[in-house]
Amino acid sequence: MSLLTVNENGLYCKQGDFYIDPWRPVKVALITHGHSDHMRWGMQHYICHHHTIPILRLRLGFDQSVQGVGYGESFEINGVEVSFHPAGHIIGSSQIRLSYKGEVWVFTGDYKIEPDGVSQPFELVPCDHFISECTFGLPVYQFPSSSSIYADINQWWRFNAQQGYNTVLYGYALGKAQNILAHLDLSIGDIYLHGAVANVNEALATIGYSFPGVHLRSDMEKSKIEGAVIIAPPSANGSPWLRKLKPYREAMCSGWMQLRGARRRRSVDKGFPLSDHCDWRQLNDAVIGTGAQKVYLTHGYEDNFSRWISENYALEAFVLKTLYNDGMEEAE
Amino acid sequence: MNFVELFERIDATTKTSEKTEIIYNYLQSAEEEEKLLGIALLMGYKLKRPIKTTDLREWAAQVAGIPLWLLEESYYVVGDLAETLALVLTKDNDSRPFYLRPLVQDIIMLQKQSTEQQREVIESYWSMFSGTSLFLFNKLLTGNFRVGVSRKLVVKALSRYLTTEEPVVEHRIMGKWDPFQESFETLFQEEISQEKHFLPYPFFLAYPVEPNFFEHANIEDWILEPKLDGIRGQIVVRQGEVFVWSRGQDLMTDKFVEFQVLHTTLPDGTVLDGEIIPWKDGYPLDFQLMQTRIGRKQISKHNLEEVPLVMVCYDLLEWNGEDIRGLPLHERRRLLEELLKDDFLSPILKISTVKAFQSWQEAELFRISSREHHAEGLMLKHRDSPYEVGRKRGNWWKWKADPMTVDGVLIYAQSGHGRRANLFTDYTFAVWDEEVLVPFTKAYSGLTDRELTEVDQWIKRNTLEKFGPVRKVKPELVFELAFEGIGLSTRHKSGIALRFPRILRWRRDKIAQEANTKQDLLTLLNTRNESNR
Ligand SMILES: [Zn+2]
Ligand SMILES: [Zn+2]
Repeated sequence: MSLLTVNENGLYCKQGDFYIDPWRPVKVALITHGHSDHMRWGMQHYICHHHTIPILRLRLGFDQSVQGVGYGESFEINGVEVSFHPAGHIIGSSQIRLSYKGEVWVFTGDYKIEPDGVSQPFELVPCDHFISECTFGLPVYQFPSSSSIYADINQWWRFNAQQGYNTVLYGYALGKAQNILAHLDLSIGDIYLHGAVANVNEALATIGYSFPGVHLRSDMEKSKIEGAVIIAPPSANGSPWLRKLKPYREAMCSGWMQLRGARRRRSVDKGFPLSDHCDWRQLNDAVIGTGAQKVYLTHGYEDNFSRWISENYALEAFVLKTLYNDGMEEAE
Repeated sequence: MNFVELFERIDATTKTSEKTEIIYNYLQSAEEEEKLLGIALLMGYKLKRPIKTTDLREWAAQVAGIPLWLLEESYYVVGDLAETLALVLTKDNDSRPFYLRPLVQDIIMLQKQSTEQQREVIESYWSMFSGTSLFLFNKLLTGNFRVGVSRKLVVKALSRYLTTEEPVVEHRIMGKWDPFQESFETLFQEEISQEKHFLPYPFFLAYPVEPNFFEHANIEDWILEPKLDGIRGQIVVRQGEVFVWSRGQDLMTDKFVEFQVLHTTLPDGTVLDGEIIPWKDGYPLDFQLMQTRIGRKQISKHNLEEVPLVMVCYDLLEWNGEDIRGLPLHERRRLLEELLKDDFLSPILKISTVKAFQSWQEAELFRISSREHHAEGLMLKHRDSPYEVGRKRGNWWKWKADPMTVDGVLIYAQSGHGRRANLFTDYTFAVWDEEVLVPFTKAYSGLTDRELTEVDQWIKRNTLEKFGPVRKVKPELVFELAFEGIGLSTRHKSGIALRFPRILRWRRDKIAQEANTKQDLLTLLNTRNESNR
């Protein structure tokens, strides 16, 4: 009998009678991080990392029953030992480790190994059973180093500013936006934020995070916005909100931008493959590094990646069908 | 700027003005020996693929240390082989310099080499390059290098760089030339500012008519002609030579061979303006047939018999060597009729029909049914108008027919290639034939990004069967499709072919049973054809 299984509500631990990142309302939900495909509405009780709490309150309301835990602190639920460990994906993101009768399971949630300078860096947790996302589990996804991408972003912003253009960077309001903000070269120009990004930053400020940028409000004078960078969620692409920023060039910041087709479909000027997920190499490193004998793949190219794992390494690999991968390009 | 940078910068903008500027900068700063080759590649100079792509896939998989099946799966996701290879072979180290000319020469040389030699050359390039250089090498190697600039844009940039008028540049680069045999000097410098007897006049173009036009316009002041669906062109006959120019100011004489004899029947110093269309047995043929003919490198005798071209002339711009564009239209028209009067022997020049209507209401009736008359609306030209330059309001208007529409049911979907990899964007639609749905057209464009994503997710949840990249889906979603023409076809299961089909909107308000029937389409087709008899 496996410690973790998937049922119609989500990833379930029968022994402990709790769920991890469930997609239907349940009693007890352990939450890896604040993205909407992992943290859903309607749970009676949420358990998440301390730094996920302001996000949860922002997105699900203040009347939720939430318990915060720190990285590495372990506690018991019905005899199952539970602990949260940094996943390096976004602020507060956690892998969840379960231990019962000497058997250790780890569910990664979303993660990346390369540090982003904002979220607590990924920690490799040894285990017997490793459940890993594989959003970018194909060898075409080998991202350039993030330091070179930050340099490219700043260079492009400077180039646009010199030509009198504003620069619009699209990235998820939670995670990608802070990742970008932390690496912008403030000497180039002003930074403005779409409301969705400003709200997240405001929530994160309550626990001591601070990011540059001014909330771009509708009554702001257009003439003042020149050679600036504007951070906005992907949903703002093509919306009338942008009119005020003319003339501008726009770029999408996402691992999907690794493919030319994905960028063209977005009809943006440029794509930066800046990702908050592991690329192909990082996924391979993580799977090998944990020492797990059984690996479960979900959230991505699970069929191909599990076949690769079992053929290439002496490991048992399985596909775990979850709902985290609904709408591939939108979910992060 | 080298070729890699040129490609990256063109690739990073959608604005044509910026693209022209980038090409101009490239011309200014690129190495002299690679410039002409770079320009040739931008204009579609193609290398013969020297190598089997199955070999490339195997070698790349080995170099990348992945099994072939994983490379194939990756290719399926990416949708472009050269890009897939570049991505799996990518390295962190920087690329070595990209010298276009020796590289292209090496690729041409591969044709004569053994497989072992080929592999050695290719793998050494793979180990030298990363990023865009690696991608471009693979693109050139697989013979499908493409970049988002039109020939016209390149001509514009060349014209600016050489300080030479665009039509002259166009004339210089017409036909086939080998970038390894020519140079900028041989191609452009010789006797450059000599006589320009081959030049057309700038075209006069019409705007769509404005609603308030009809409030003041007196129909008697206007010459109304059916708007034909062909290629707008000018035929220039001067100094015993014939030049055919299309509206994009492309010199098309080579493609429209039937006009090459006109210097024997038309006097020197004649310039005609009109619509070039395929025409047989008294009626226009499907426009698509001409497109296919133009696309061919070699035009066979068979093509000429199957798709003969005519020009339906509607204006005379030069008469006896005299520029008469300033004369009022009705006088130019009289001279045109005079000129073509004796030409009844030659079937390749026709004169456009002038429709006489009593009122705008009557004209409107014609416009609505214009497709039955092989037209796509009406042209309205003031009878006293001069022939102006460029697109102008006031004297000429186009009054287009509305597109035809049909409601079809989505039955198959396929993921897009390249730019739409990963997403189901190519749809096949069906109409009802009794109880059965028969596929009748494919259509791509027309949905917003948001709708595309939504339909894509619906397709993933409602797949009934998969055949390769194609998904058969539950016949539930209804889309309104617009099209410009309809004809019989043996290539389609339904026996019907549409012209310019496109998605107008998603009819969320309709269920599959409410879609159109095959009979509806046949009725549409027949009403159109009856008018021919
Ligand atoms: Zn996720
Ligand atoms: Zn996430």
